[in-house]
Amino acid sequence: MDRPLIEISHLSKSYRRGDQVIPVLSDITFDIAAGEFLALIGPSGSGKSTLLNCIAGIDSLDAGSITVAGTDIATLSESELAVWRSRHVGFIFQFYNLIPVLTALENVELPLLLTSLSAAARRDHALAALAAVGLSDRTDHKPNQLSGGQQQRVAIARAIVTDPDIIVADEPTGDLDRVSAADVMALLRRLNADLGKTIVMVTHDHKAAEAAHLVRELDKGELRVAP
Amino acid sequence: MLLLRLILLNAFRHRLRAVLTIVGVAVALTAFGLLRTVLDAWHAGVEASSANRLVTRNAVSLTQPLPFAYKGRIRQVTGVDIVAAGGWFGGIYLDEKNFFPNFVVEADDFFKLYPELIVSSEEQKAFLSDRKAAIIGRKLAERFHWRIGDTVTLRGTIYPGQWPMTIRAIYKGARPDTDETVLYFHYGYLDETMKKRAPTRAGQAGFFMIGIRDATRAAEISKDIDALFRNSQAETLTETERAFQLGFVAMSEAILLAITAVSYVVIAIILAVAANTMAMSARERLGEFAVLKTLGFGAPALAGMLLAESLLLALAGTALAMAVLPPLAKGFAVGLAQYFPIFFVSPTTIMLQAAFGLAVGVLAAAVPAWRVSAVRIADAFRRIG
Repeated sequence: MDRPLIEISHLSKSYRRGDQVIPVLSDITFDIAAGEFLALIGPSGSGKSTLLNCIAGIDSLDAGSITVAGTDIATLSESELAVWRSRHVGFIFQFYNLIPVLTALENVELPLLLTSLSAAARRDHALAALAAVGLSDRTDHKPNQLSGGQQQRVAIARAIVTDPDIIVADEPTGDLDRVSAADVMALLRRLNADLGKTIVMVTHDHKAAEAAHLVRELDKGELRVAP
Repeated sequence: MLLLRLILLNAFRHRLRAVLTIVGVAVALTAFGLLRTVLDAWHAGVEASSANRLVTRNAVSLTQPLPFAYKGRIRQVTGVDIVAAGGWFGGIYLDEKNFFPNFVVEADDFFKLYPELIVSSEEQKAFLSDRKAAIIGRKLAERFHWRIGDTVTLRGTIYPGQWPMTIRAIYKGARPDTDETVLYFHYGYLDETMKKRAPTRAGQAGFFMIGIRDATRAAEISKDIDALFRNSQAETLTETERAFQLGFVAMSEAILLAITAVSYVVIAIILAVAANTMAMSARERLGEFAVLKTLGFGAPALAGMLLAESLLLALAGTALAMAVLPPLAKGFAVGLAQYFPIFFVSPTTIMLQAAFGLAVGVLAAAVPAWRVSAVRIADAFRRIG
């Protein structure tokens, strides 16, 4: 049997607010197989975004380990994590988080600055990624010239342009109308089905969660398989 | 290219703020440059002095004269090449507001001592052969529209009476820091006139200008000259021309210190303004920096981007200041010619402008760059919602 792509073992995490210690995640253990599409659901404050951040290597753990493709990311330094993220993880945020002064094409090209690709190759890759999300005709548009759905598709193009193993999406439909949300979910499904991308998505939206193969629910920092 | 474009776009994202910061840096560095130029103008006499020239004056005070007879004894000191008697005349042309420096000199030796005063051999000859002749600087001639052959009458303040003289020569400075606003006339004219008007004041010199062959022996020669007149009625103080000029500058030391302090305060203020601009810019874009960090840009890359933005604004302001200062100083030079005959922007001032512009760019970005590079991604996203 193949080893899971992501192995989470006895993960615990808490935040400090003054003298108070607030537990967020308690002894979480589960695996995510390569090519999986997992939705993490749960009420606000349940710790789902924190868990996603830990998996993506942008938040630290208090205890336990997260192993991705054989690498225990909890042991990596800040700079090693930055390199690891740039090669293995694509990010999709609720509010798109595009750089407002850059065009759609430049936003998508941005992560490729960390690779050894030539300027021409970077441009080709970015154009291909924008084509994959159906935005070939919006390359020169700035974020404020695009609708919310289009901005999220640019963000998805930026997430896939480096061909990462994992795509993490934090409430990707949270700021979209129903039609745009359905478009984005269809796109994520296609990335998972056609390109085999492993997707870990946090959502409040049960309709969005239905697109996933597996739904896990977090409640008060503890994990359970959703009904 | 994309990275440079991102830096450029971010630097000018808030155009008004960026332009105001650039203008602020430019105004501050221009003010700094002007104040430095004023200081340089004050020190112009010092800078123009020669290491091969000494000045002997009365040890009690510059206002006390020395016997002219000292000249021969000074001439005999080993290492002394030329000696010329001179003195501050302090004459007024028509009105006190027309002030310009005027001296009496022993003309023959004076020209040998001051090769930086360029005058044609014809005019020099004309000046030397006329006891009532004067030689004036180019700028002084321009100021009063004086020409060769004009008669100028000075009203004596130290030496009473009217002193008519004919302009026989106009000199040019060999260097930019040569004072071209001075009038010199013959010591002989003064002395002979004083013999008639006030005989007790004849046979005196204000100071002796001394040319020495070896500048490295200046201290030794000065000591030897002063030793000659120790315990006499008029003891001497001999020093290098530079030290002599510095003595004048020292009289205004408090003012000069104040100007120096203000010039650095101006830099400190603009540093605070630029640092505030960069801090605001970094704070407003904290989320974007967190996104870039998420994508894999490391802390040094983010700090570098902010530093580049800061440098771009500071150096744009610096370039503007460097372009504006020389013509502005020229305008000041015309307006202040009476007070500062030597007023030009020195290469050192330009270099200091560039250095301070660079320093403002780097220091203004230091704290924001550190904050941006140290921010934890999850914390930044939590802060921005």
